[in-house]
Amino acid sequence: MSDIILKGNVHKYGSNVNTDEIIPARYLNTTDPAVLAKYCMEDIDKDFVKNVKPGDIIVAENNFGCGSSREHAPISIKAAGVSAVIANSFARIFFRNSINIGLPILESEEAVKSIKNGDEVEINLNKGTIYNINQNKTYQSQPLPEFMRKIIKAGGLLGYIK
Amino acid sequence: MSGEFIEPKVDIALANDVTAPLAIKEFRESGSGAEKVFDKNKIVLVMDHFTPNKDILSAEHVKFVREFAKKHKIKHYFEGGNVGVEHAIVPEKGIALPGDIIIGADSHTCTYGALGAFSTGVGSTDLAAAMVTGKVWFKVPSSIKFILKGKLNKWVSGKDIILYIIGLIGVDGALYNSMEFAGPVCKKLNMADRFTIANMAIEAGGKNGIFTPDEITKEYVVKRAIRKYKFYESDRDAKYLKTYEIDCSKILPQVALPFLPSNAKAVKDVKKTYIDQVVIGSCTNGRIEDLRIAASIIKKGKKVNPNVRTIVIPATPAIYSQALKEGLLKVFMDAGSVVCAPTCGPCLGGHMGILASGEKCVSTTNRNFVGRMGHIESQVFLANPAVAAASAIKGYIAMPDEIK
Repeated sequence: MSDIILKGNVHKYGSNVNTDEIIPARYLNTTDPAVLAKYCMEDIDKDFVKNVKPGDIIVAENNFGCGSSREHAPISIKAAGVSAVIANSFARIFFRNSINIGLPILESEEAVKSIKNGDEVEINLNKGTIYNINQNKTYQSQPLPEFMRKIIKAGGLLGYIK
Repeated sequence: MSGEFIEPKVDIALANDVTAPLAIKEFRESGSGAEKVFDKNKIVLVMDHFTPNKDILSAEHVKFVREFAKKHKIKHYFEGGNVGVEHAIVPEKGIALPGDIIIGADSHTCTYGALGAFSTGVGSTDLAAAMVTGKVWFKVPSSIKFILKGKLNKWVSGKDIILYIIGLIGVDGALYNSMEFAGPVCKKLNMADRFTIANMAIEAGGKNGIFTPDEITKEYVVKRAIRKYKFYESDRDAKYLKTYEIDCSKILPQVALPFLPSNAKAVKDVKKTYIDQVVIGSCTNGRIEDLRIAASIIKKGKKVNPNVRTIVIPATPAIYSQALKEGLLKVFMDAGSVVCAPTCGPCLGGHMGILASGEKCVSTTNRNFVGRMGHIESQVFLANPAVAAASAIKGYIAMPDEIK
């Protein structure tokens, strides 16, 4: 399988970033990714949508995406242009949902500890390597199993099983 | 074995008015499955979150799901006069049963573990795939055992036990794992308390929460079950990742301070906090047992504090009707509270009780994240129904004993 390379600047957050902060319930009366993207991260970082550029990467500490099962959360992150999320750990429903909709996620305590807000980072998804361009450092994460990478490449589970 | 990947058949695939529209859209786009659902009797659609429809977009969502349900002759479709909060109405109607494998596009699907079912939350895409195939893949979780011992203190309920446990292990203390509740205290917990405990397993990151079914379970399901069910219990030689012995006699009525359910403290240790709203309801604490205890305290206090909007939401029509029959709704209304139709409503900041900036609410619901019930500068304090009722009377976070 050919390499998937993701590159962008980092937006860094702490632990327990929850789905209510990622996409508040007041926007759950739509399923339109473009609309959800407009309000992404609104209750934790009101300037996120203004600052985010295509390819950017979210880095957070523990238990990212805890709370609700709303798939609107990873959808809004992906539609806002984010290419990947790196965290120490993910809440399990968020983990499944991210893979299912084709949002790459990686677990690496080493990367989370070292990466600073604004750093430019390049990810090789097949290898699980995370290269920090600003600091000239490489971190290793456990690569996602091949079937999950295939799902991501197909844009999500439904594209994969079609 | 834990760590193994399995692909079991599901007994129930559940969704609500927030998650079903996405699942149905994906179901249609999946190509192969667009024609047929795997089993019209095993899909459950409950329009409970933003209903009675709060705005035009929400109404369109419900219409979209209703048309899908009609087209595919979905047996268990709940809306309007028959809708209740999903995790209250599904077991009440005998749809979720012991021994089942249940997935729901709602994180609190773990509630049915109270019946001795394996039940967990998923997202809309997993649900869409299950609507087509009737199956879902899982990695078998490791288990953490909570042995509940000791004598329960006055006013301590299932809510206090689970808040105490989440306070102990943290909001990711059971991440990816199963939470098994055992020990002598379980035998004394009624189904309402067990539902409350299993309901909040997700707030510790748990994949599911589970009780061993017993005589109390049997009494609950025997008159409701719409099909056969089976009681399972853990193997005697089962291995646990961790075992906690919880001395319940040390647990006092709890309140979880903003902004995490793990910020649990004994009510008596919380400094005087004036409040603007109380919500009594939800899949966590909107059952008849919850309303009875709240009404008993409200009745003693006669009037709710004029500064506190007190919102009571019976979780299902049957609970509403029973509360009416028992005179509980009159107690709430005579005291100056408002009784709403069954809905998730304010719990997730949907409608029927949204908070303004700076406002504080004591709520019997399950989450107190930033902005959960409204403005990002509002605050939610999670508590049991007795504490919520006492706080409504006093106007600040109060112990039920303060109401003479």
